[in-house]
Amino acid sequence: MEFIQRPSILAPLSISLFFILWYGLAVFLNSDTLPDPITVTHVLIHEIQTGDLPFHLGKTLYRLVISFSIAMCLGCAIGIVLGRHKNLDYFFDNWLVIFLNIPALVTIILCYVWFGLSETAAILAVVINKLPNVTITIREGTRALDKELLELAECYRFGKLKTLRHVIWPQLHPFVMAATRSGLALIWKIVLVVEMLGRSDGMGYQLHLFFQLFDVASILAYTIAFIAIIQAIELLILKPLDKRAQRWRK
Amino acid sequence: MSQLNIKIQDKSYPQGAKKAPKQVIKDLKITLGKDEFVCLVGPSGCGKTTLLNILAGLDNQYTGSVKLTPEQLSPKVGYVFQNPRLLPWRTVLENLQLASNAKLETLDFLLESMGLGAEKESFPEHLSLGMSRRISIIRAFATDPDLLLMDEPFVSLDPPTARQVRQLLVDLWRKRPHKVLYVTHDLREAISLADRLIFLDSQPMSVISEVVVNIPREQRMDEATIEQFKQQLFVDYPEITKLL
Repeated sequence: MEFIQRPSILAPLSISLFFILWYGLAVFLNSDTLPDPITVTHVLIHEIQTGDLPFHLGKTLYRLVISFSIAMCLGCAIGIVLGRHKNLDYFFDNWLVIFLNIPALVTIILCYVWFGLSETAAILAVVINKLPNVTITIREGTRALDKELLELAECYRFGKLKTLRHVIWPQLHPFVMAATRSGLALIWKIVLVVEMLGRSDGMGYQLHLFFQLFDVASILAYTIAFIAIIQAIELLILKPLDKRAQRWRK
Repeated sequence: MSQLNIKIQDKSYPQGAKKAPKQVIKDLKITLGKDEFVCLVGPSGCGKTTLLNILAGLDNQYTGSVKLTPEQLSPKVGYVFQNPRLLPWRTVLENLQLASNAKLETLDFLLESMGLGAEKESFPEHLSLGMSRRISIIRAFATDPDLLLMDEPFVSLDPPTARQVRQLLVDLWRKRPHKVLYVTHDLREAISLADRLIFLDSQPMSVISEVVVNIPREQRMDEATIEQFKQQLFVDYPEITKLL
C-alpha cells in the first residue's frame, strides 16, 4: 500500500477519480446539461482544430497578462510605500477599504460607461478590481519586514535600490507569490465578466454565446483549456520561481 | 593623527505626553586615538547599544557631535551587531560584497584569516552561530571603516568558541588596525581585548572611570594574568564594583 501514498501516484489517482465520477454522473443523468468527459474532449479538439479556441483563449490571456502585470507592479509599489510610511497608510487606509468593497461588476460597468466599450476600459476595470488586494498583501508584508536587517542596510549605506533588491524584496517574496496566485485566480474570472459585458472576442464573449445556445459541452471544453493554461503557469513559472527563491533555506 | 571625538550632551526617549522624557545619556565625552581598542563596560540597560546606534548613524535624535579630527568628518562605521544580521538569502561572499567595495582578494584574505575560506559560497542558515559571528566581524573589517563598533559580539557563544573567535578578532585587528569601540559587560573579556577600559554608569549614562590596560598583547590569553589585573582593578577603582 505504501506506493499509493507517494505524491506522484496520489495526484494522477485523484484526477482519474474526478473524471470517473464525472463520467458516471453524466451517464447516470443522461442529460444535455452535463455531457461526459469524452464528448467534452471531442469538442475541445474540434475547437482547437478550427482555431476558435486558440484565438479567444489568446485574447483572454493577453488581457490577463496586461492587467495582471499592471496590477502587480502598481500594487507592489503602493503596498511598499504604505507599509513604510505610517501617515500615508492612515490617510489611504479608507480608500483601500472602499476599493476593496466595490463589487467587481460595478467597476466594470462604470469603466465601460465612462471610457466606452474599449480595450483600455476593459483592462482598467480588471486592474482596479485587483489592485487593492495586491496592495494590502504587500503592505502587510512590508509591515512585517525585519527592522534589524533594515538597520544593517542603513548602517552599511546600501542605498535605496540595493536595500530594495537585497533586503526588502527577498522578505516580500512569499507575499508577492501569495498575491500572484490569488491574483491569477481572481483576475481571470474578472476578465471573463469584462469580456462578457463589453468585448466581441475572448473566452467571456464565447461563454456568453454558448450560454445562449445552451452548449454546455463547449463551455466545459473552454473551461478545461483555461484551467490547463493556469496549471501550466503554476508548474512552469511559479513553482520554479519559488524553488529558486527558497534555495537558501536549510 | 586622526582621532575620534564623541560628545553627546543629551539623548532622551519620550515617554508619552504626560511623562517627562527619559534621559539615557548626559554629557558623555569619549575620545578614541588612532587604532585604539576601547572597551565600554557597564551594566545591562545603561544605554550602551543606544550609544552605538548613535555612532552608527542609526539614531539621529540626540544633541551632540561625533567627529573625526582634524578632518571634522562623520566617521565611516563598521558595526558588528549582537546578532550577526546576515542576509539569509545571500551567500557569505554576497553578504560581504553588499556591505563593502573591497576587492575579492581582500575578502578572500579576511575569510582565510578567520578560518572561513571554504564557506564563501555557503548560505548563512547552513553555518553555526560562531561562524556567522565571524562573518559579521569580517564584514565590518571589509568596509575599512574609521570606527569599528562591536556590541557584545560573542554573547551566547560557548566559552571555548568565544575564546577562539576573540583570539581571531585580535589577530585580525593587529593585521588590520582600526579604532574599535567594543561593548561588553564581561570584565575579563574587556581586559583581554582592550587598550583602554571605560566604565559607564547608568541613568543617565556617564563615564565613571577610565583605565589603560598595560598587559602586553602576548600575555592576554593567560587567564591568571587577566584575573590578577581584574582583582587589582577592584582595589584601585572600588566604584566599578557596583557596575559588575
